[in-house]
Amino acid sequence: MSDLVIRQLSKSFGGVRAVNDVSFAIKRGEFLALIGPNGAGKSTCFNMINGQLQPDSGEIMFEGTPLRGKKPRDIWRLGIGRTFQVAATFNSMTVIENVQMALISHASQVYRLWKPARALHRERALELLAQVGMQDAADRPSRELAYGDVKRVELAIALANEPRLLLMDEPTAGMAPKERNDLIALVKRLVIERGISVLFTEHSMDVVFAFADRIIVLARGKLIADGDARSIRDNPQVQEVYFGTGKTFKAEARS
Amino acid sequence: MITARTLGLVAAAGAWALTIGHGAQAQDTIKIGELNSYKTQTAFLDPYKKGWELAIEEINAKGGVLGKKLEVISRDDGSSPGDAVRVAEELVTREGVNILAGTFLSNTGLAVTEFAGKKKVFFLAAEPLTDKITWQNGNRYTFRLRATTYMQVAMLVPEALAAKKKRWALVYPNYEYGQAAAATFKEMMKAKQPDIEFVTEQAPPLGKVDAGAVVQAIDDAKPDAIFNVLFGADFAKLVREGGTRGVFKDRTVVSVLSGEPEYLDPVKEEAPVGWIVTGYPWDKIKIPEHQTFLAAYQKKYNDYPRLGSIVGYATMKSLAAGIAKAGSTDTEKLITAFRGLAVDGPFGPFTYRASDHQATAGAFVGKIALENGKGTMTDIKYVDGASVLPSDDEVKKLRPAAE
Amino acid sequence: MNLNAFVFQAVNGLSSASGLFLVAVGLSLIFGVTRIVNIAHGSLYMLGTYIAYSVATKLGGALGFWGGIVLTAILVGILGAIIEVLLLRRIYRAPELFQLLATFALVLVFNDAALWIWGPEDLLGPRAPGLTGSIELLGRRLPTYDIFLIVVGPAVLLLLHMALSKTRFGRLMRAATQDREMVGALGVNQAMLFTGVFALGAMLAGLGGALQIAREPATLTTDLNVIGDAFVVVVVGGMGSITGAYVAAVLIAEVKALCIALGIVDFGLFTVNFSKMTLVAEFLVMAIVLITRPYGLLGREQGAVRSVAEPEEPLRPATTATKIGGLIVLFVLIAMPLIAQGSPYTLVLGIDVLIAILFAASLHFIMGPGGMHSFGHAAYFGLGAYGAALLVKWFAAPMGVALAAAPLVALMGALLFGWFAVRLSGVYLAMLTLAFAQIVWAAVFQWETLTGGSNGVLGVWPSAPFESRPAFYYLTLALAALGVFLIRRFLFAPFGYAMRAGRDSPLRAEAIGLDVKRIHWLAFAIAGCICGVAGGLFAFAKGSISPETIAVSRSIDGLVMVLLGGLQTLSGPIVGASVFAVLQDSVMRSTEYWRALLGGVILLLVLAFPAGIVGGLAKLFARRKAAS
Repeated sequence: MSDLVIRQLSKSFGGVRAVNDVSFAIKRGEFLALIGPNGAGKSTCFNMINGQLQPDSGEIMFEGTPLRGKKPRDIWRLGIGRTFQVAATFNSMTVIENVQMALISHASQVYRLWKPARALHRERALELLAQVGMQDAADRPSRELAYGDVKRVELAIALANEPRLLLMDEPTAGMAPKERNDLIALVKRLVIERGISVLFTEHSMDVVFAFADRIIVLARGKLIADGDARSIRDNPQVQEVYFGTGKTFKAEARS
Repeated sequence: MITARTLGLVAAAGAWALTIGHGAQAQDTIKIGELNSYKTQTAFLDPYKKGWELAIEEINAKGGVLGKKLEVISRDDGSSPGDAVRVAEELVTREGVNILAGTFLSNTGLAVTEFAGKKKVFFLAAEPLTDKITWQNGNRYTFRLRATTYMQVAMLVPEALAAKKKRWALVYPNYEYGQAAAATFKEMMKAKQPDIEFVTEQAPPLGKVDAGAVVQAIDDAKPDAIFNVLFGADFAKLVREGGTRGVFKDRTVVSVLSGEPEYLDPVKEEAPVGWIVTGYPWDKIKIPEHQTFLAAYQKKYNDYPRLGSIVGYATMKSLAAGIAKAGSTDTEKLITAFRGLAVDGPFGPFTYRASDHQATAGAFVGKIALENGKGTMTDIKYVDGASVLPSDDEVKKLRPAAE
Repeated sequence: MNLNAFVFQAVNGLSSASGLFLVAVGLSLIFGVTRIVNIAHGSLYMLGTYIAYSVATKLGGALGFWGGIVLTAILVGILGAIIEVLLLRRIYRAPELFQLLATFALVLVFNDAALWIWGPEDLLGPRAPGLTGSIELLGRRLPTYDIFLIVVGPAVLLLLHMALSKTRFGRLMRAATQDREMVGALGVNQAMLFTGVFALGAMLAGLGGALQIAREPATLTTDLNVIGDAFVVVVVGGMGSITGAYVAAVLIAEVKALCIALGIVDFGLFTVNFSKMTLVAEFLVMAIVLITRPYGLLGREQGAVRSVAEPEEPLRPATTATKIGGLIVLFVLIAMPLIAQGSPYTLVLGIDVLIAILFAASLHFIMGPGGMHSFGHAAYFGLGAYGAALLVKWFAAPMGVALAAAPLVALMGALLFGWFAVRLSGVYLAMLTLAFAQIVWAAVFQWETLTGGSNGVLGVWPSAPFESRPAFYYLTLALAALGVFLIRRFLFAPFGYAMRAGRDSPLRAEAIGLDVKRIHWLAFAIAGCICGVAGGLFAFAKGSISPETIAVSRSIDGLVMVLLGGLQTLSGPIVGASVFAVLQDSVMRSTEYWRALLGGVILLLVLAFPAGIVGGLAKLFARRKAAS
């Protein structure tokens, strides 16, 4: 059974078809990369799945529930977590409070006015931070963290509602190569441990080819390839849209 | 943040504590607490202050009252009723005064009236025009000097009737003073001239008249005559726009307060000649009381008095006369003394009526004229306030709250 | 009323529109680039009228008038540059909106300066040489100066348009309006750009003022009369859009002209005097525009301005020291009636301070942690005050009932207005709250039979056992302490965290399941409710209330208190309100020029504590701690 099924998804902005009749599916526990050159429609596609944009046509089903027309917060409640391209945490809170906030929301305790929030779900928040290796920074203000650490905290926040699907928009953007590999390795490990499916977009080809179970490629809004690392690498159409020739592409892939 | 928070609070409390322990001192003077909207009504209240300072100087030069000098503790009332009540309380509790005087705006005047009634403090409302201070909301502790809205209108109604015009347009600032003046005018005119028509009413916001549009709307209603209650900057705008557009040509205009130098002087050579107004033609009043006042004022300030000067001067003269008559500053004795108190003001003698605590000080009615490039009044006559006030029996009904 | 009359009034409206446009366009440019809410813009306009008057009367003739207008624009522009360099430049890194406090201080200083220089009397300038007459149009006389003004507005619009698109400075300005950080990143000298923009904006204000001297006198109330209109035009048009400002000016001027032209209309059952609507017409227009178009007529959604200020510290629960400190303060307050036995005024002032604290704390609740800058918080204060006072007036309600009703009435208002307001953000939200407050104010002001109109409601005194001053003081203290305690409690509870989450990052908050709008709506309601208590207490403390309790100046006082204390700390509003209330009281007593003095003190505080008093002290302590 597939966790997420996307059928004939389309979206236009002022006459430009950003996403054009795209269909794909993610199987449970799959680590799926969505790649494509700039302007290919990755982010648009992503934002339609997480509810920030409404598609013009097409269908998005998660475990049999249609997502179209749902708000981001409702989609989250269905068990879909996400991280942002530009990492966003709550700057006026400590690291652990960021995670606690998500746990409080998950437990539907947001409208409570009396009991102090800092006592709620602290244990569980520490556990989550420990999983991403951030337990030592729990009580630091989140605004003081290095960018790579913010990404880790975001991951902990995204895991707070025990999602079955994780959407990650360029999770390693703005990170050094070493950090990138560490973060994706961490995600991969958590995914395997928990049986979560992941859909992520990524610019870094080494990350994609090293970790993704499967890769789909968008170009000018259309899905042009779908397969494992080898078949994508060898796909002439993909090489074409990326670089005209395949040379540099292969060179980078080997690095 | 923690210690700072504490410290901040302590600092604030400390600043506050500074105000403690500054109670009333021994009385070798008679203290009068005065409060007014000095910061927002400067054109009127600057001369007003000069007026009462002159009066105090004269009174104290003659040895004061009851052998004690008068001391005025003057405050800005913040131009708002809330602040005015706090200032009044400050004067009473901190400065230890038991006589309050002043206020300009109707709502601050009423708020202090209410305060005076509740806290049993003597209050002489100097300038606020609203009828409610002496009628609907009047109380035994409050007296008022200035001729009221009702009186100002009533002084002009005979002139308006004499013009024998059928179609009237009204223009007034959109707040209580303007509304009350317009309502009184309509009621009085209708009673005497049943076929009168009010063809339009323009009520622009105070201080923000869109004069061009307003005079045009008046013109379009084709009135024979106009009744105006705008004053201050609104009046200047109205005069200029109406002049340019020829709206006042061949029309009778009856206008409240427009003969007061505060409002007439700014329009200079554009003074709307022929308007029938209440006002203060300071250079035309020949009675000896005014001559003396004028000479003293000009000597002290090297400037001519405005109507505010008269009000300020008469306020302190009234208080001096009242305290002298009471033989004490005791509130109850003051009230008794003020009921029927006769005072000599720059406009001649007037009294505080026992029935509604309103002074019978009147105003000058005349026509605006242009002399030496400046607005003034001609055909002036002094209308005694007593002649336009309702009878004692009538006002009794109007004062439900007062004893 | 015939068609000609309406057409003619529409033409009239165009000349008023030019006036409105000139006041607003400078403000729009300044806000677009620097994001400063320049309250002193009306003061610059007012100075324009005074300076132009002086030049016109001193020099006389055509040169005096027309040359004076040019000279005035230049002088006021220079003044703007000086303000930017000497004052605002020092506080760009302060938390957002803090610059508002500085410009508020300038309003006070400039007003007293004008009084000192030009005296109290209104000064009507000469008519415009060459344009004193009128022409015949539709059987009516249209002043030639009005025709001139009708042309001036679009001409200035066109010139600005060309300047913005053709010059490098103009292109930078447009770029900065869209993305301030980007311009900084491109290596543009941001300081010069800001100075230039501020000078240009001030110059336009000066020009607008100077052009009015042929129509209206220079008067000391102009500053505040004008600033509200200017903001309305800017917001209705869309922040930073100069064409929008012109369209908005025309829209508002025409609505007003229509109201005036309609005059009294008889609807059979009732008659309406439409000319009275001019009191609030612009705010009605603004509310409708903002509800239907959240970024004004021609405005675009603004890229989020990342705050240049240091972000807020995480909330820490009170340490023992804080708790002890708080208890000491509370104890002093409780003992105050005994301490101050010799000086009963202390309690009078104390009651005012406590009410101010409750007012400011409730405003801070939505402004700080909620990130919703309400410019109309007086609405809920006024609703509370009137709710209580009208119950006493019409139903002779006992004080307990009236005081209980105050927060409920305010809550109703806050629920209604908040529902619309939270759909907006930033300055648009601020202006919509202001519009609502003005509408409430106008309703209270106009509904004479119910509310007593401008005179208000009298005779609202505390009943037994709270008649004595100490007793009422204790009541106020108890309610203020309870209110502050509740606010603190809410902020430490999940709800308060969710509020801050929604402010820090609305996208992230939605992505973890938070309904940010709903949370902020409820926060708005809570703030309104608590503010209503302050309003109710105020009515009983004063014995009477008037529409002034809802006026813009009260809303601004609230902003000043919150910003003065420090937006980013919980005790900020408490300290800010105390300092402001005590300061105002003592300053008002000490000099005739108390406004200038108050403004001066605020300026000093602004420069000394760019994070507010509490924020500044906290930093000082933190630094010392780090050093030791």
